[in-house]
Amino acid sequence: MPVITVSVNRATQTVDVPDNMLLSSLLRDVLRLTGTHIGCDTSQCGACTVHVDGRSVKSCTMLAVETDGLAVMTIEGLAEGDKLHPMQAAFRDHHGLQCGFCTPGMIMAAVALAEHNPAPTEAEVREGLEGNLCRCTGYQNIVEAIMSGARTMHGARS
Amino acid sequence: MTPFKMHRAKNLGEAAGLFKAAEEGRFLAGGQTLIPVLKQRLASPSDLVALSGVAGLAGIKVEPSRITVGAMTRHADVAASADVRRLIPALAELAGGIGDPHVRNRGTMGGSVANNDPAADYPAAVLGLGATVVTDRRRISADDYFQGLFTTALADGEIVTGLEFPVPERAGYVKMPHPASRYCLVAVMVAKGQTGVRVAVTGAGQAGVFRVPSMEAALAKSFSADAIVGLKVPSDNMMTDIHAGADYRAHLIGVLARRAVAKALA
Ligand SMILES: Cc1cc2nc3c(=O)[nH]c(=O)nc-3n(C[C@H](O)[C@H](O)[C@H](O)COP(=O)(O)OP(=O)(O)OC[C@H]3O[C@@H](n4cnc5c(N)ncnc54)[C@H](O)[C@@H]3O)c2cc1C
Ligand code: FES
Ligand code: FES
Repeated sequence: MPVITVSVNRATQTVDVPDNMLLSSLLRDVLRLTGTHIGCDTSQCGACTVHVDGRSVKSCTMLAVETDGLAVMTIEGLAEGDKLHPMQAAFRDHHGLQCGFCTPGMIMAAVALAEHNPAPTEAEVREGLEGNLCRCTGYQNIVEAIMSGARTMHGARS
Repeated sequence: MTPFKMHRAKNLGEAAGLFKAAEEGRFLAGGQTLIPVLKQRLASPSDLVALSGVAGLAGIKVEPSRITVGAMTRHADVAASADVRRLIPALAELAGGIGDPHVRNRGTMGGSVANNDPAADYPAAVLGLGATVVTDRRRISADDYFQGLFTTALADGEIVTGLEFPVPERAGYVKMPHPASRYCLVAVMVAKGQTGVRVAVTGAGQAGVFRVPSMEAALAKSFSADAIVGLKVPSDNMMTDIHAGADYRAHLIGVLARRAVAKALA
């Protein structure tokens, strides 16, 4: 089994991973970071979205060994202690979730979107959510949350 | 997934050697096709040779009359490239419309072109813009490269290293995406330039991407959407599935080709 060194939520981990282990499995089964959800396991739903070197990826569609030397960020890494990340707070404030299953992936997708586009339009947010499915909310409040969260992340009044 | 041995090559020679030594090898690029395929057990290779660590395979090189895109260049980087947006905006737009942001952050041009899915976007760009597929062994013109459903001119173990796109005078790409998967129900690339007028269609043909000579001839005489009004593509060799019938796909080709010409002229 290959030994890899990967930064996960800013902590360096050296782990022995099976050749065919998925990143989602490394996070959930080995590192016990179960905030990253598996919705479909067929690359469709985005519940497993995490950041690898600052870019959003579906962790069920990347091999763990491929993160050797890279930095992974999961939903668990966003908050600073008890202080929610602005995007997490925005999802709470705007009722951007119901059952919450899609939420970790939604928030990771949203943070990546807002980091690349400080003031996304509604159309850009909807387009940016192409890879994330929600079976509960109808998306409306998710879109509002992301537009508001992006503004807060970039220091404007929300 | 069935078990496999994973290798990370540092250069092309090593990648080719690892592939050759394997019982049943597969190259791994962005994994956005291959990993789902492995999960469905549609393939069970003994060894995967990852190309992500191969030096020099990712990146975009610009010369006055052509753009070379490295095989490991991610869709998101093609879409965001200022050079591609300036010189071949239709290509940047095509890349930005593939799948979703997460797929675009991993998927690569080389992987898409090697795979040659009949509903993929890049084959329309490669054939429609008259690109050259560069491998670790040779250069293959787009017209010789695509050889049917998931079939290409690549030999076993041959590695795509990059794609050379001649900069067109103008080009337009219009896609009718499948509403769920975003793959092409039908999409058309129209281009005019160093390689003449070319019209390439993806998503529709039973044998994958193809050109439409009747439209190319009409557009060579007069490059306008009006020039191809009424030109019909026979539905005989079109795909039929639960999403769209052959007749509908054939009809869409005409509609989207006219829109693509209008876009190229805009
Ligand atoms: C949800 C989803 C939506 C998608 N939507 C679209 C879409 O709208 N349009 C579209 O076009 N595609 C779409 N795709 C496919 C995506 O673009 C893939 O990234 C692409 O088809 C394959 O590229 P890859 O880099 O991921 O290759 P991989 O999956 O790693 O490899 C694909 C195949 O190519 C071979 N290969 C890879 N690189 C090379 C090389 N350099 N030389 C030789 N062989 C090589 C591999 O061995 C494998 O057989 C979608 C995928 C997903 C998961
Ligand atoms: S679990 Fe990864 S995309 Fe659904
Ligand atoms: S809140 Fe239930 S799936 Fe999105």
